[in-house]
Amino acid sequence: MNQHDSHPSGFLLTENLVKRFDDVVAVDDVSISIQKGEIFALLGSSGCGKSTLLRILAGFEKPTAGRVLLNGLDIASFPPYERPINMMFQSYALFPHLNIWDNVAFGLKREGMPPAQIKTRVEEMLELVQLTAYAKRKPHQLSGGQQQRVALARSLAKKPQLLLLDEPLGALDKKLRQRTQFELVHIIESVGVTVVMVTHDQEEAMTMASRIAVMSHGRVLQVGTPQEIYECPTNRFVADFIGNINLFDGQLSVDEHDRSEITIDQGVVHIDHGIGGSIGMPLTIAVRPEKIYISKTRPNVNVNLFSGKVREIGYFGSYSSFIVEMQDGRTVVVTEPNGSRLENIDITWDDRVFFWWDEADPVVLTH
Amino acid sequence: MNIQRWLHVHPGRRFVIGVPFVWLLIFFVVPFLILLRISVTDMGNGVNPFAPLMQAVDGSLHIMLKYQNYLSIFEEVDKGSGAKAWGQTIYLEAYLTSLKYACLTTILCLVIGYPFAYFIARAKKSVQPALLMLVMLPFWTSFLLRVYAWKGILADQGVVNNVLVWAGFIQEPLQLLYSDVSMLVGMTYVYCPFMILPLYATLVKLDFRLLEAAYDLGASPWKAFWLITVPLSKAGIIAGSMLVFIPCVGEFVIPSLLGGAENIMIGRVVWDEMFSSNNWPRASALAVVMILFILVPMAVYNHYGAEREAAGKE
Repeated sequence: MNQHDSHPSGFLLTENLVKRFDDVVAVDDVSISIQKGEIFALLGSSGCGKSTLLRILAGFEKPTAGRVLLNGLDIASFPPYERPINMMFQSYALFPHLNIWDNVAFGLKREGMPPAQIKTRVEEMLELVQLTAYAKRKPHQLSGGQQQRVALARSLAKKPQLLLLDEPLGALDKKLRQRTQFELVHIIESVGVTVVMVTHDQEEAMTMASRIAVMSHGRVLQVGTPQEIYECPTNRFVADFIGNINLFDGQLSVDEHDRSEITIDQGVVHIDHGIGGSIGMPLTIAVRPEKIYISKTRPNVNVNLFSGKVREIGYFGSYSSFIVEMQDGRTVVVTEPNGSRLENIDITWDDRVFFWWDEADPVVLTH
Repeated sequence: MNIQRWLHVHPGRRFVIGVPFVWLLIFFVVPFLILLRISVTDMGNGVNPFAPLMQAVDGSLHIMLKYQNYLSIFEEVDKGSGAKAWGQTIYLEAYLTSLKYACLTTILCLVIGYPFAYFIARAKKSVQPALLMLVMLPFWTSFLLRVYAWKGILADQGVVNNVLVWAGFIQEPLQLLYSDVSMLVGMTYVYCPFMILPLYATLVKLDFRLLEAAYDLGASPWKAFWLITVPLSKAGIIAGSMLVFIPCVGEFVIPSLLGGAENIMIGRVVWDEMFSSNNWPRASALAVVMILFILVPMAVYNHYGAEREAAGKE
């Protein structure tokens, strides 16, 4: 599942795609399948190969090996100006010497579309991004958010079969980003175009994409819906990369078909399902901070219960984060929602606290 | 409004702007005024090369302004009847020759310099200084020596002819030296760096992602070049063309050393009027008209260019 996508066929397919720059492998044997109408995100930190993969799709880079199939047609050798694919650049790359109208019309004019149709189409696009009043302005006269919408209108004007978004919200400030990401999804869905987006921002990927491919060192580590990626990471990198997580290394000590136990340095972790491995095999337990309960008084549970001293408290408004140090010095991050106004106020620095989690909540990662 | 703004600027800034301004005033405007003053007087009486502007006659001050020098540029005197008519004087011909060769040189410099500047701007950052150094390297040798070197290359028994004869392309050496060819080669060679440097300066700032955006939207590389690269390097094209065109119009040394007898350029005519005919007023008038030829189109361009720019920024 992890390296190769479960979908056997798709609208856009990459088959064993490899891109080498001299001796650096930027994209390493990537095979993904994207369905028509999907918003697919390539997520990873900088240098993970996601941008190179996007540039291969756009036609700016030629793959060293492998195929790119769009609707069954191998487009890997097509130059960018002959692909039914348009891209919204991270920097927007609006033409500074042309006004907004001409920027949007640029691609249509290259197609040789009759002027009357160009006019209709450009007006339709400007209407879509609500910039009709700005048609005669130059790009530098617009705000960042407006420029982004022009870039979107320009990349949608030719009705591409595939739309590529390179860090679509990367150049906007945080407040504007949150507002824009829903607006962007709304526009994309109203047009019904298939989208591949690249981002290093997991929040952006989670809110916008229907499926996410997590990349590292040129490889795709896991493909899945945002929920699958978050709740069921299949390897340590994905678990650690997406959100906050507590990882414990241990060995499998009990393995039955409906329960298992894993011995970690601080005790034994009970899991409500079997692993199907061999006793003594090394495993990693991953527990999300929000899945852990915390209390000053001893709770009425006796499995997956640990204790420690509160070292740090972070107040984030909607939730608080506690860093608890266990006896052997190991720290665990626990978050608690601040549901009612005065909750958690009794836990303070250096308090001795108990924390525990349900048997269903940890994710077991094999090495 | 401009004066108001000028008064409000910081004293330090005023100094920085003021010093070059005063420098230009002294070494451009003052000589120009002297030139203008000489151009409206008569030839002198032998001791002075030109007549005084003001004379006290019978206790009153007379200022004599003669426009005859200007008229003679455009008026032809029929040798038989002495009648005057507008016509093709040698001066007008010299102006047209100068403008023609300045235009040709500018076009040649642009055609040669643009790909060159583009290549440097797109080269690796680490090799760009070395490539720019190569452009400027010729300036380390005397200008005259470099022009003389072309004599050796283009002469009847020069490098080019010898190679062509040896290779069997021609039987007799071509007349390259003292012709249009040698003059254009020399001027293009000397002025090309003045075209390349401003072009490089604008092209290096060009965001090459804009070209990718153009390809992405369906423009072929050639189309993208014309629709994106050329318009965005317009400032460099104009600056480079002016830097080549303006000195080329008045160029004197290269045409004298490499040019033929039939292509008399205005620089040569001014020289002859000044030092052979000793007619300082006419030489001055010729120089003033030459400056007008250059300044008027420049001023018109600047005016409309600035207006367009302002309109775009609103």
